[in-house]
Amino acid sequence: MLRKNSRIALLIISLALIGAYFLPVWDISLEAPQYPEGLGFQIWLSHMSGDLNTVNGLNHYIGMKKIVPGSMVEMKVMPFVLGLLIISGITVSVAGRKKFLYVWMIFFLLLGIAGGADFWKWEYEYGHDLDPTAAIKVPGMTYQPPLLGTKTLLNFTAHSYPAEGGYILIAGGILAALISVYEFRRKLKPECMI
Amino acid sequence: MKTNTHFRYAGLAVLILSVLLGISGCGKSKNKGPLVESDAPSKVYVEPGKYDEFYSFVSGGFSGQMAVYGLPSGRLLRVIPVYSQNAENGWGYSEETKPMLNTSYGFVPWDDSHHSELSMKDGVPDGRWVFINGNNTPRVARISLSKFRTEEIIEIPNSAGNHSSPFMTPNTEYIVAGTRFSVPVENRDVPIESYKDNFKGTLSFIKVNQSSGEMDLAFQIITPGFDYDLSHAGKGPSDGWFFFSCYNSEQAYSLLEVNASQKDKDFILAVNWKKIAELVAQGKGKEMPAVYAHNTYDDKKHSAVSEMKKSVKVLTTEDVEGALYYMPCPKSPHGADVDPSGEYIVGGGKLATVIPVFSFSKMIKAIEGKKYDGEIEKIPVLKYEEVLSGEVQQPGLGPLHTEFDDKGFAYTSMFVSSEIVKWKVDTREVVDRMPVYYSVGHLMIPGGDSRKPWGKYLLSMNKITKDRFLPTGPELSQSAQLIDITGDKMKLLLDFPTVGEPHYAQSIPADLVTKNTVKIFKIEENAHPYAVKSEKEARVERKGNEVHVYMSAIRSHLTPDNIEGVKVGDDVYFHVTNLEQDWDIPHGFTIMGNLNSELLVMPGETCTIKWSPKAPGIYPYYCTDFCSALHQEMQGYMRVSDKNSNIQIKFNSNQDK
Repeated sequence: MLRKNSRIALLIISLALIGAYFLPVWDISLEAPQYPEGLGFQIWLSHMSGDLNTVNGLNHYIGMKKIVPGSMVEMKVMPFVLGLLIISGITVSVAGRKKFLYVWMIFFLLLGIAGGADFWKWEYEYGHDLDPTAAIKVPGMTYQPPLLGTKTLLNFTAHSYPAEGGYILIAGGILAALISVYEFRRKLKPECMI
Repeated sequence: MKTNTHFRYAGLAVLILSVLLGISGCGKSKNKGPLVESDAPSKVYVEPGKYDEFYSFVSGGFSGQMAVYGLPSGRLLRVIPVYSQNAENGWGYSEETKPMLNTSYGFVPWDDSHHSELSMKDGVPDGRWVFINGNNTPRVARISLSKFRTEEIIEIPNSAGNHSSPFMTPNTEYIVAGTRFSVPVENRDVPIESYKDNFKGTLSFIKVNQSSGEMDLAFQIITPGFDYDLSHAGKGPSDGWFFFSCYNSEQAYSLLEVNASQKDKDFILAVNWKKIAELVAQGKGKEMPAVYAHNTYDDKKHSAVSEMKKSVKVLTTEDVEGALYYMPCPKSPHGADVDPSGEYIVGGGKLATVIPVFSFSKMIKAIEGKKYDGEIEKIPVLKYEEVLSGEVQQPGLGPLHTEFDDKGFAYTSMFVSSEIVKWKVDTREVVDRMPVYYSVGHLMIPGGDSRKPWGKYLLSMNKITKDRFLPTGPELSQSAQLIDITGDKMKLLLDFPTVGEPHYAQSIPADLVTKNTVKIFKIEENAHPYAVKSEKEARVERKGNEVHVYMSAIRSHLTPDNIEGVKVGDDVYFHVTNLEQDWDIPHGFTIMGNLNSELLVMPGETCTIKWSPKAPGIYPYYCTDFCSALHQEMQGYMRVSDKNSNIQIKFNSNQDK
């Protein structure tokens, strides 16, 4: 059985994940001299916000596809997946079974990896799938935004970092992993634990 | 009579001498005046990328427009088209804005814009609107300060030379419009010699809607046939009163230069507007037929409508007995300025050797005690000494206008002696004077005619520049000079040339305006009947010999960009919608040989230009504003065929990619 403190911590983590519904998960911002006020967009679980129209307008010069949030399957699925994660997290906490915790932890980890991979794939296609009739063509140049970090794309400097909701998910994942490790070690060396 | 003539010549000689002195008084130093102090550059230098502290709205005079400058830098930020057509952006040329310049005389494409006046709350400028008068064809315009655009122009009937305008009451309740020229009311064919019998002044009160700003001519008071020159509302204790300077109490109708300068005193007319508004509410006055235009611009439809009004409420001096009083004022007064406390009214007698300072509380006592010195057409004339607080002695020559700081000082412009004179309001003692270059008309302190002046700078608006700037042939710009008034002595900081003639200006701390700035028009709110909300809607439709092009503009193409089937004899209307939703991405539009103007279309806006091709051929059209890297590609072709050809309307449309 899980220790009481671990169960409480898991419950808090699961409930905290609800915050990701109400906060942007990822933030992509662009810098250019003509945009002193900043330019960028935010990715939420189910939609996008920010200067999408402006970004779409600018990107047509180099033949990038328009970002149309409604067309992304991820944004239809993600709210349910997160819901499943939260409900199963609460279940683990209530049931207090270690096995449940490990399964949940693997689910959480896989979800994180799958999310990152999917995001990278989307960025890759967004940056590589260019209209051959575009006005501006720079030989060898593609426009894949960074998965995490900063990258210069022609006249723009693009930054890609987690937003508030993303930090909740990441922090939740790390804390859940620490609890799992702690519970696992406690089983191996019960004498260390009081 | 003979002594009179002698006096006149002596007066003229003094005037001529002083004009000469005023202009060449500092002849030895090559007219460049005193050197500015070493810290002046740092006081007016606004670093690149930094903002000015004040917006300043300077009338354009004969340009008909309003110029916006930043202070203290003196940088020209924008010229707002008001009364004059402006081919640069299509103002007064586009189908949407043409109704704004409509009047009862027809389409009047210019005016002489004299005085700007910021809307106020509790007697302090609040940054919602700025108003400006049209002097020649009597009008008042309202400009939105969220968009820096003229949104409304109302014509004033029974008026000529709308000079004492658009001054307003402390909460923007009413804007006034007084006649500089008296004329027959209503205007008709009479001998000019019948001036005394037939010519009248009118003082119009325009009610302002507090939420929309919309103006409505509430009532007009018909007054004796003098020239009503300038005005200011009372405030604080004198709130409820308006003060109009008037000259030509001689009622001369020719060679006014001499014939209207005979009397020692003319008048300041005190008007109890609150009492008159009550009388009107009680049903006093009568409706009189009058035709005048009321033009309003709707920023959702992006279009103006001109409505012709048919009547106006007029009141005679008998109707408003007990609400009008003349205060004698030496001599041919120009400015009528009320100090921040509301107690003192300063008259600027152009030809006077003193500046009279009237006391509002004494005026009320004089009215209560009936200290009259006769009456004119039922208006009692109060005794000069009974309303006078005191006179500023030997202030200089040609006092015109007075504004105030927040430390109890008044500053009066002296046209003839070309200087600014600073004096203490309560003691009327002159404490400083400074030459200006040359012949100052109005002066302005931010909030300097309000209850709360921001007494940091003074702007002197000068009629003559001569050698102040690099010469530009016979025609020179007029100028403004910025003066630091924070210390005991005034300090000259900066000269800068102005647009047209800067009659008057108003100024306000920038943050009271910037917080309301509109950056784009939302495309989804565009209610223009010929708007397109996306490229897919772009099209061309024929209705008889009218061809309507529903055109979209977005970086970097116009849709459609190939049009055929237009014939000689058609009237083509290009309705251009700018689909951008990004700040500062306007698109322009024009077509070769256009007899009209170009268009400048802001993001989310629709503008229309009419074009009537005269000969068959190919006519290129393009975007006139360098909008993007591919601006030069933003072009199209119109094919015009012979009148009798049977080519059908044909156009291409871009795929919305």
